[in-house]
Amino acid sequence: MFGGFGGAGFPNNLIQGLARRGARNLSVISNNCGTGDGELGILFKNRQIRHVVAAFPGPGATYFQQQFDAGEVELELVPQGILCERMRAFGAGIPAFYSPVGVGTDVAKGKEERVIRGKRCILEQALGADYAFIKAQRADRMGNLVYRKAARNFNPIMATAAKITIVEVDEVVETGTLDPETIVTPSIYVDRIVVAKGIHNA
Amino acid sequence: MPKARLRREQIAERAALELPDGAYVNLGWGIPNLIAAYVPQDVVVYFHSENGILGMGPRAKAGEEDYDLVDAMKVPVTLVPGAAYFSQVDAHVMTRGGHLDICILGGLQVSEKGDLANWRVPGAKGAGGIGGAMDISVGAEKLIVTMEHNAKDGQRKIVKACSYPLTAIECVNTIITDLAVIDVTANGLVLREVAPGFTPEEVQAQTEPKLLYGGRVPEMVLRKN
Repeated sequence: MFGGFGGAGFPNNLIQGLARRGARNLSVISNNCGTGDGELGILFKNRQIRHVVAAFPGPGATYFQQQFDAGEVELELVPQGILCERMRAFGAGIPAFYSPVGVGTDVAKGKEERVIRGKRCILEQALGADYAFIKAQRADRMGNLVYRKAARNFNPIMATAAKITIVEVDEVVETGTLDPETIVTPSIYVDRIVVAKGIHNA
Repeated sequence: MPKARLRREQIAERAALELPDGAYVNLGWGIPNLIAAYVPQDVVVYFHSENGILGMGPRAKAGEEDYDLVDAMKVPVTLVPGAAYFSQVDAHVMTRGGHLDICILGGLQVSEKGDLANWRVPGAKGAGGIGGAMDISVGAEKLIVTMEHNAKDGQRKIVKACSYPLTAIECVNTIITDLAVIDVTANGLVLREVAPGFTPEEVQAQTEPKLLYGGRVPEMVLRKN
């Protein structure tokens, strides 16, 4: 899974690293599917992604859209808040939950439906990954994270929903120097820290 | 010569009058995105952006853009006093949990029951994208749809049943178009206002389901003053 929304908060340097490394046949979870070569675009361009779970692939996701129209990549399209909540559930140890979002729409196809407190709901499965690639502004050496403005978006949720969470940061500071009141992602969720200043916003 | 319907900016201007002072508001893509510019001066509202901002201000001035502070359309924006950042989970706790007062979305079709279709034109190229629209539609305390009354090819967009992929069922409260303001009620669609110069019969002719109205329907007023 990859954090980021609207050009902000993408782990662009980690994505470029993954492109250079060349891992293929990836199943990917991300809100968008890239903007040209930027963000996840390079991974689609290199045909490294086989399956994607996304809420808004995006008109600028040139390589994804071409491959989707050609039937070369699988897409599971999900409502954005449900994408969040499925990852949150995974991180919180909840295997599935009922939600009214998507009832009566294409999203409900194949899902169990029942009425709870008078409301039609569908059963949504928790969503986790082997790796989360996320972006924060600053980490301390333990892996406590603070974010910058709207670049926070999906990053703190994804940190909780993967076996291994790898964070790209602008800087690492000594443990104890981040104000505990301002830490958004506690270190328990973070496995690796990469300091990278190469590419910020795509 | 055919009568002039409202321009997109005028639809936005009329929709802005639906915003009560102090409301927390989410605006979608398209015409809704124009509404912020028309909020009356004596009204203060707080705009929510689903990427994690409450209290979003106007677009950033040239030279002052911060690309970590963007709206859901990637446009660099500013904050108003009292604004807050949060994660996408919290952003959708707000949408789905019914915490926002008013949400205004664009529409491709609205049915007489208030079903909304707004994320995909059947047969269009590409994958389409749901984004936050389904969460917003289901959770909105009040959902207004702003759109043109007819599609570019003249097809009616207010229909008995949506033929396009649905965003949510029975979710729309009010439809504001270039021809009319229409409320979705348990009894059916109530024609509340018509665009200046148009008659209820002319609006009905462009609307598939039957509109409810008695006698004279007032014309839209675009400005408070």
